[in-house]
Amino acid sequence: MIVGATSAIAEHCARRWVQDVDVDMTLVGRDKTRIEHVAEDLHVRSPGSTFQIRTEDCLDPQAIRRLSDDVAVQGVPDVVLIAHGTLPDQESCQKDLDACWHALAVTGLSPALYAEAFAHHLAQRGHGTLAFIGSVAGDRGRKSNYIYGAAKGLLDRYAEGLQHRFAGTGVRVVLVKPGPTDTPMTARLKAKGASLAAVDDVAKRIVAAVEEGRPVVYVPSKWRLIMWIIRHLPAPLFNRLDI
Amino acid sequence: MVMVAVSSWGRLGRWDHEVTVLCDRGRVGEDIQRDRPGLAHGMGRSYGDVCLNPGGVLWKTTGLDRFISFDAVTGRLVCEAGVLLRDIQRLVVPRGWMLPVTPGTELVTVGGAIANDVHGKNHHAVGSFGHHVEWMRLVRTDGDMLDCGPALRRDWFAATVGGMGLTGVITEAAIRLRPVPGPWLETETIAYGDLGEFMALSHESAASWEHSVSWFDCLDRKGGRGLFMRGNFTASGGRAAGHARRWIVPFVPPLSLVNRATLRSFNETYYRLNGRRAVKKTMHYESFFYPLDRLLEWNRLYGPRGFFQYQTVVPPQDSLDAVRALLRAVADEGTGSFLAVLKTFGAMESVGLMSFPQPGVTLALDVPNEGERTVRLFDRLDAIVREAKGRLYPAKDARMPRSLFEQGYPKLDSFLQYRDPGISSGLSRRLMGH
Repeated sequence: MIVGATSAIAEHCARRWVQDVDVDMTLVGRDKTRIEHVAEDLHVRSPGSTFQIRTEDCLDPQAIRRLSDDVAVQGVPDVVLIAHGTLPDQESCQKDLDACWHALAVTGLSPALYAEAFAHHLAQRGHGTLAFIGSVAGDRGRKSNYIYGAAKGLLDRYAEGLQHRFAGTGVRVVLVKPGPTDTPMTARLKAKGASLAAVDDVAKRIVAAVEEGRPVVYVPSKWRLIMWIIRHLPAPLFNRLDI
Repeated sequence: MVMVAVSSWGRLGRWDHEVTVLCDRGRVGEDIQRDRPGLAHGMGRSYGDVCLNPGGVLWKTTGLDRFISFDAVTGRLVCEAGVLLRDIQRLVVPRGWMLPVTPGTELVTVGGAIANDVHGKNHHAVGSFGHHVEWMRLVRTDGDMLDCGPALRRDWFAATVGGMGLTGVITEAAIRLRPVPGPWLETETIAYGDLGEFMALSHESAASWEHSVSWFDCLDRKGGRGLFMRGNFTASGGRAAGHARRWIVPFVPPLSLVNRATLRSFNETYYRLNGRRAVKKTMHYESFFYPLDRLLEWNRLYGPRGFFQYQTVVPPQDSLDAVRALLRAVADEGTGSFLAVLKTFGAMESVGLMSFPQPGVTLALDVPNEGERTVRLFDRLDAIVREAKGRLYPAKDARMPRSLFEQGYPKLDSFLQYRDPGISSGLSRRLMGH
């Protein structure tokens, strides 16, 4: 089950999941045509798999509950990947509170609601993996990107809490934190000359992390060290950095 | 607006472009409506400026990388235009199918393969890429969307196959694949002494070998020598297929590393084969078709100044003399290529107005950029091509004179009527005026 299936990272994870085995997959997204395109592609790659498509308002708690219940009736998924989010323009969000609200809601609140809804079914069944796509940006707020960072940081605490809740059970919670990845969402960063990880490499690491059930995964792994340093920089020093 | 420096495969320079990524085939019409001209750009594997639009917009098509449908019974594949030939091969080979035509690298997009009407080692048997396209969807910068194929808007199809991306943005295509018994080919390599022997081997192989190509040693002054390679698909397998190890050229060396040392593997094979005895080998299709794909970023070997590729086709009546004269010029000038690739094209007429393949012998030379000396060599080669009524391949070109282009492509005037006014490339401005 993939929420935010039209995200480039999620789509590449899906391609890897269907590569060697047939699966039954539910794809959730906002834009029906685009999800259909994703599903068609996956179906060509894996004719033996089945794909269901759901379009849902990702900010409506009732709709999210209904969706998770509907999916659970057909069988609680073994893996739930929650991948949606948007990379807002920090400056526009500072000027426009509607944009700010939307960014926080879509990238932070909505994934948390999906996680809560599916956590219920996974808990009942007693096993399964719930994976979030967080971000290195969630590790410490920075002036260039703190609205996105705050939303992703919310997922950090959420995943942490779920990991605590499910400790000792068969339910595993995985938080993946990609560094900047070469996707349409980061086209602006790329145009500014940022070096970005290849999306298929990132997907490969995510699929492996979900398989192993590792609690927190940085992709590429160099970001674990980089973010450790950034998190531990004393504020007087950190605040002078232009990042 | 942020500009990014982009270069093409020849690495002759880097030019600023405004780059946007196309990733939703349903939205391309909106994405390409701009106040200034743009150009579709896939993997940037063409050598010169056919894939560049310096100072303008590039629409990167690599986000259009979805398959749409595949019929394992008929072998008909429909996909978005940014799908790589590699991804098609890996999808369909295990199901008993393969792309009917493939160039020397599989790291190109379907859109690029159509726009340059690429050919492969089996041109004499099956023609070029465009012969196997059933239909495609073209989106114009005024937002119009039109489907075309050999049986539907034939004129648009003829303009777009080999049309260098100038008639619109190709967003999806249907390709007829060919059945294969597996990923293996039985191959033979034969050493030959001069061009006459090459012609004889080509002739003799045309009917019974689907694939053939030849390497020729440009430095040999004793009339020449070469290796002729041919192959057919076979049901009998080699070792279990696994993707071969890949190497990368990690940085650009300060000087071109392409030099006499490059000929070493050629020499070894040549001397091993001495005596015109064919060496037979079963090869995986990736090693046979794409030997250079295993060396990622091999274009860096030519150093910071980059390199040209000079590829021409000369009509059959004079091809032997013309190729001989071209190779003599290369040897005389002492610059440029050490190894030439030779292949005889078949008689099948290309479907595109601007397609490169035509009957005759095609010769491709990789030439390091050495400034003035290189210009001199090309002037000499151009004169021979002009005289032989040959043409140069736009996908490889960064410098041909406009007069040679016009002489080589007599259907240029009809082609121009189909151009999209919102699309422009470095090559179109250089050779068509806008």
